[in-house]
Amino acid sequence: MSLMKFLFAVYPYICLTIFVVASWIRFDYQQYTWKTDSSMLLSKKSMVVASNFFHIGILSIFGGHFAGLVLPHGLWLGLGISDMTHQWIAIIAGIVFGLMCLIGGAMLWSRRMFNPRIRATGRKNDMLVISWLMVTLLLGLSTVPFSIGHANNNDPSVMLALADWVKSILVLNPQPELLEAVDPIFRAHIFFGMTVFLIFPFTRLVHILTAPLSYVGRAYQIVRTKRRAA
Amino acid sequence: MKIRAQFAMVFNLDKCIGCHTCSVTCKNVWTNRKGVEYAWFNNVESKPGIGYPKQWEDQEKWKGGWEKINGKLELKAGGKIKKMIQIFANPNLPEIDDYYEPFSFDYARLQNAPLSEAAPTARPISQITGEKMDKVTWGPNWEDDLAGEFASRSRDANFANMQKEMYKQFENTFHMYLPRICNHCINPACVASCPSGALYKREEDGIVLSDQDRCRGWRMCISGCPYKKVFFNWESSKAEKCIGCYPRVENGLPTVCSETCVGRIRYNGIILYDADKIEAAASADDTQDLYQNHLDMFVDPFDPKIIAQAKKDGITDDWILAAQKSPIYKMAVQWKIAFPLHPEYRTLPMIWYVPPLSPVQSQIDQKNLPTEVDGVLPKAEAMRLPVQYLANLLTAGKEQPIVDALNRMIAMRSYQRSIHVDGKADTRALDATGMTEDMAKEMYRYLAIANYEDRFVIPTSKEEMRLDDYYGFQGQTGFTFGNASSLGVTNNALFPARRKDTVESREPAPLAEPTHDASGEQY
Repeated sequence: MSLMKFLFAVYPYICLTIFVVASWIRFDYQQYTWKTDSSMLLSKKSMVVASNFFHIGILSIFGGHFAGLVLPHGLWLGLGISDMTHQWIAIIAGIVFGLMCLIGGAMLWSRRMFNPRIRATGRKNDMLVISWLMVTLLLGLSTVPFSIGHANNNDPSVMLALADWVKSILVLNPQPELLEAVDPIFRAHIFFGMTVFLIFPFTRLVHILTAPLSYVGRAYQIVRTKRRAA
Repeated sequence: MKIRAQFAMVFNLDKCIGCHTCSVTCKNVWTNRKGVEYAWFNNVESKPGIGYPKQWEDQEKWKGGWEKINGKLELKAGGKIKKMIQIFANPNLPEIDDYYEPFSFDYARLQNAPLSEAAPTARPISQITGEKMDKVTWGPNWEDDLAGEFASRSRDANFANMQKEMYKQFENTFHMYLPRICNHCINPACVASCPSGALYKREEDGIVLSDQDRCRGWRMCISGCPYKKVFFNWESSKAEKCIGCYPRVENGLPTVCSETCVGRIRYNGIILYDADKIEAAASADDTQDLYQNHLDMFVDPFDPKIIAQAKKDGITDDWILAAQKSPIYKMAVQWKIAFPLHPEYRTLPMIWYVPPLSPVQSQIDQKNLPTEVDGVLPKAEAMRLPVQYLANLLTAGKEQPIVDALNRMIAMRSYQRSIHVDGKADTRALDATGMTEDMAKEMYRYLAIANYEDRFVIPTSKEEMRLDDYYGFQGQTGFTFGNASSLGVTNNALFPARRKDTVESREPAPLAEPTHDASGEQY
């Protein structure tokens, strides 16, 4: 089996399987460890900027990837968004939110690296996660000049090839050959991105899965009874 | 009407000597662990002072509790949408330095140091970083017995509407202790602030708990609680708080802080209230009405109609009996000498306080102060502690209830003094406050003698009534197997697990087969 085939036809399934199964096991068996691991109590300085920039940036990037790569191509065409418009939206949103995430992430990274309290109380795992995300982000931002180049040439083929590859994975018909033609930087970014899913269940990242959206619709007060329901 | 029982306490500040035994025993039992070194579920503050954490009473700074906006009760820090927007970085979160950086000392140095002219010193070590600290600059009780300069201490929010400068002078100095724990509020702001729904109030006894499994560390409760009595465990990233010593209380024992109080100032008991009145009571237009609204929520446990309703709402006979004998009901409702701490936060707190008398004996001996009819005990208004200060602490600034309470306590003392010193009962002071001799005698028994069985009237949690197999629950007192800390909310687990249930077995164990002997060997 070629490396290409392993990385882009087998590895995605390894990552996704571990992502789902390990998260589920952790939620069932070690829910006490399921948490944000906030360190804001120990050091609050500039966290309002750093954490907001990082989180809003990274969540928007994730949303953008989902919209562009997972949602059906026909949907966008149906909405009247041509491939070239699509590509320019992706580029601009990527730059804006990518830089936002980069600024926030860099602040968080240096805080974790150099703030004595955060450094002393942090786990290796925390450093690994933020570093890995930052590398993935930098690789992602490095693809922007290539995308701009394609866009200037009115050539959406790379973007479409990437989306088709993602869909080929999701419909269990992996087509790693789709990635052979794209610039290597995209492949590097994809590898780092897939690995985020692989390490996800073993890190603090799990808190995303329990984002407390239901709070908005909930009553303020919660009363629990020990009485057995009749 | 929906009757609920609430486990509540009264702290008699008149007898608190500030020994911190409550704080130390509580710490040794519950927070002697990594991540909560700085957390004191129970602490004793010297007042006036800014307290622990610094200036916790300044809600313009911390945005704790509730406020009324456009006629509606809303969290002071903002509603649910605003909370969600602020979830990445809670701007109202205290930093650990607002409590203090937990420290130990380099004790080994005292023995390992090389021979030197000067005695070796044990330098402080941060319990967070493990590094040496230059200097310890704040602690859990830095202002003990009015330590520090007045300018710093006078930032105390209870000086609102007072000419505080005059209390700077030595002759006018006043001082009291304020022991504080979680108030197990009826309208808890921490519960309302928790995005995960991890904090909850127990229906049976009203104790507010933090579900350690469900807590995700979104840290909104920390700032939401106006008393700053929910703590962020920086090691586990979970919210931890006073658990009302529920494993003890469920078995009819007082909390650790109450049991060990050497001054016998703490009373534990239950009180019945009408849960349908919560929202209206907390929504008073004028914060000064909150104390009265709160009082009006409590129901009379002797009223047959109330008893019938309570039984219908699942409250058992011995709980009703305990409510009738409750020291809380006596002090808060019958004698009206106990008050909630900062009712203006609108959380309807359930740890109430008897305000301290602060007689100034030498001034009275010199006939400088007005006294009651007995010519010995000072008038409430002539006490060293300004009534306005106590009112700011306990009744949102309304002085009359405080004055009335102090007068009743003084009248009781005057009456008892006449019996014990003059040998002849003098009821003039009682008559002036509308008290009967029986009431004065009972107050004396509860406040001065404070017998164990009068202070602690705690019905057991009646596990046997609600469990099919109570033997399966034996010896657990609220603790569960595995890493679960509560009855869970979902039963959909990847692997079938018993960890969600408090009860191990719902069916009686089958009889042992007669073909086995005691060692399990087959015949």
